[in-house]
Amino acid sequence: MDFAFAYDTLLTLLPAVPLTLLLAFNAILFGAVLALGLALCRISGLAILDWPARAYIFAFRGTPLLVQLFLIYYGLGQFPAVRHSILWPILREPYWCAVIALTLNTAAYASEIIRGGLLSVPHGQIEAAKACGMSRLLMARRIVLPLAIRQALPGYGNEMITMVKATSLASIITLMEITGVAAKLISETYRVMEVFIVAGALYLAINFVLTRLLALVERWLNPDARRRAQHPIAAAEEVTA
Amino acid sequence: MTRQSLLDLLSFGPDGWGTVLAWATLTTVLIALSGYAIGAVIGVVGAYAKVSGGRIARSLADAYTTVLRGIPDLLVIYLFYFGGSAVVTWVGRLMGAEGFVGFPGFLAGALAIGITSGAQQTEVLRGGFHAVAKGELEAAKACGMSRSLMARRIVAPLTLRHALPGLGNVWQVVLKESALVSVTGVVELMRQAQIGAGSTRLPFDFYLIAACIFLLISSISGFLFGRSEARLSRGVRRG
Amino acid sequence: MSNAAIATADAPASAASVPALSVRNLHKRFGPVEVLKGISLEAKEGEVISILGSSGSGKSTMLRCINLLEQPDEGVITVSGETIGLVKTKAGSTRPADIAQVERIRSQLGMVFQSFNLWSHKTVIENVVEAPIHVQKRARAECMDEAEALLAKVGIADKRNHYPSQLSGGQQQRAAIARALAMRPKVMLFDEPTSALDPELVGEVLRVMRGLAEEGRTMLVVTHEMGFARDVSSRVIFLHKGAIEAEGTPHDLFTNAASERFRQFISKA
Repeated sequence: MDFAFAYDTLLTLLPAVPLTLLLAFNAILFGAVLALGLALCRISGLAILDWPARAYIFAFRGTPLLVQLFLIYYGLGQFPAVRHSILWPILREPYWCAVIALTLNTAAYASEIIRGGLLSVPHGQIEAAKACGMSRLLMARRIVLPLAIRQALPGYGNEMITMVKATSLASIITLMEITGVAAKLISETYRVMEVFIVAGALYLAINFVLTRLLALVERWLNPDARRRAQHPIAAAEEVTA
Repeated sequence: MTRQSLLDLLSFGPDGWGTVLAWATLTTVLIALSGYAIGAVIGVVGAYAKVSGGRIARSLADAYTTVLRGIPDLLVIYLFYFGGSAVVTWVGRLMGAEGFVGFPGFLAGALAIGITSGAQQTEVLRGGFHAVAKGELEAAKACGMSRSLMARRIVAPLTLRHALPGLGNVWQVVLKESALVSVTGVVELMRQAQIGAGSTRLPFDFYLIAACIFLLISSISGFLFGRSEARLSRGVRRG
Repeated sequence: MSNAAIATADAPASAASVPALSVRNLHKRFGPVEVLKGISLEAKEGEVISILGSSGSGKSTMLRCINLLEQPDEGVITVSGETIGLVKTKAGSTRPADIAQVERIRSQLGMVFQSFNLWSHKTVIENVVEAPIHVQKRARAECMDEAEALLAKVGIADKRNHYPSQLSGGQQQRAAIARALAMRPKVMLFDEPTSALDPELVGEVLRVMRGLAEEGRTMLVVTHEMGFARDVSSRVIFLHKGAIEAEGTPHDLFTNAASERFRQFISKA
């Protein structure tokens, strides 16, 4: 491997990293909000909320992200009404189309993860909160959500990593994030291996940092496990006592 | 300009896109199936390495699944498409051919999907193996079964039964991932939709048709997986 | 000190004098814990030996060492005159000299597990014919006939096409006994066969085992069932902390027990 060239490649690819991060961050953030809404619709028990959410999830999980991206970026412009609407300045922009497609896509997957987390909260713990006289809102905030998030976090972490990888599709609609710059570099230099390794390493690094961050959050959400790790002897004594 | 309806677009007549879309659908399914099959072979080898391989085989398999889990599929497709072309061009030059030789996109796509889904299938099969009750393996040993007989008669069928739901998920991922192979120019469903969109100026209609066909394939295969799960899992306790 | 090869196959002696199973000086350690401290026993043709002991006494480990589900660290195991070839390893344990021999001898030892361990993807009858057809390579038709007879004998002929998960624990264990019998074993090894069963299902399994004992089968039974040990077995071995603490006929041990520990043990049981 040509290390001088790999170093040059790294310098060329590094400026593309912020765009990748920005796409992923926006999609995950907006997606989480939408996902929570969808999950609440699914567990609401009201058919009028449940069925549209089901249909949404079915459609977005059953089709490729690329089709969704193309429908938004190329497809919507087919309608004059869209072209003349106030949204057109946004829907014309590949960046916003990518964010919208990624958001809609991840929301479908994440809503099922959140729903699983919410359903996993043991009934007894909810009853205990009710018995304490907690209001519904207080109960949701203090008991249900913390427990549900703890349960859903590993799955949600995987979905976030999937999203980081999925940002690469933005290159197909002309955005020069990491994969876009890498593809351009390959077609200019024909040095596939070096470019692939450097670009791949960048994605791996991003996902590695993301995994570490998630592990930190998980520790923070599990005070029990954290305390045991910090004071193994005290915890052990507590068990034997 | 009169606007054609969706049904007109789909017709199999001379003005309709039905025939080419059907061929494109077939190509999509073939790419996905080839990639899935390659991934299955890799998955068996990888899971074997993780479950009962030596230290080197295990770390190699771990490295493989970790790396492929963190890299975009599209990047892997580019690697095989452009990399394959580079190799073929180099071989061509050795044999006296001049200039750039293209690598078949279908092959590049199937290989790329195979490599990425192989990592997923490795993990699914490994999980399936670990879900097999150890007592059932011990009973096979106690009967005097040899390693290969036990692998064939006991380990493989039980692992497959436990892995089937996960393998179904991987298939769904592979099917959707096959859309990315359109970047190599293979006329699968996505590429055909792009062609149709370009020539009719009806991108929304064509991408919607493509989306519906994907939804249909994924529903049918989901149904088939569910049925074989029910059939194969007779007697297998879960959870 | 022992030699590199602990033992080689003895010359076969005449059938009458050869014990069905003999174990000499069996040692096994798990890390720093010595679980078996030199166990020796012999089972003559037709003998039923019950092995008693509190949990942790090493009785299950001993049974599992006999067919090498656990690798003994030292010892000589002989099944109807054929000694399992073991080679010393550098780590101080042993390994089989010839895995094919181990597999052949395993097929002569019918093992019944505490947790049944029926193959969940096969029906009852498929479980029973699996090893005869694929390990012993006997004719399918013959194996099927024999399997039917065995299932009738253990009283679950009507469950032949059920999957294990559709059976009660007692039925599963009886199917497992039929599976072990189907290999025409020289010795049956029972590893706490009733410990995982609900109390009301214990009786049906014990009845089957009693029937096998009356047929004159050679059986090694690790158990907590005092009644079975006292009434059915020809000999009782009491293990304590990896060594044989007391041994004798049920009459010797249960009526005038020489061992204080055994008296304590049966008073608690």
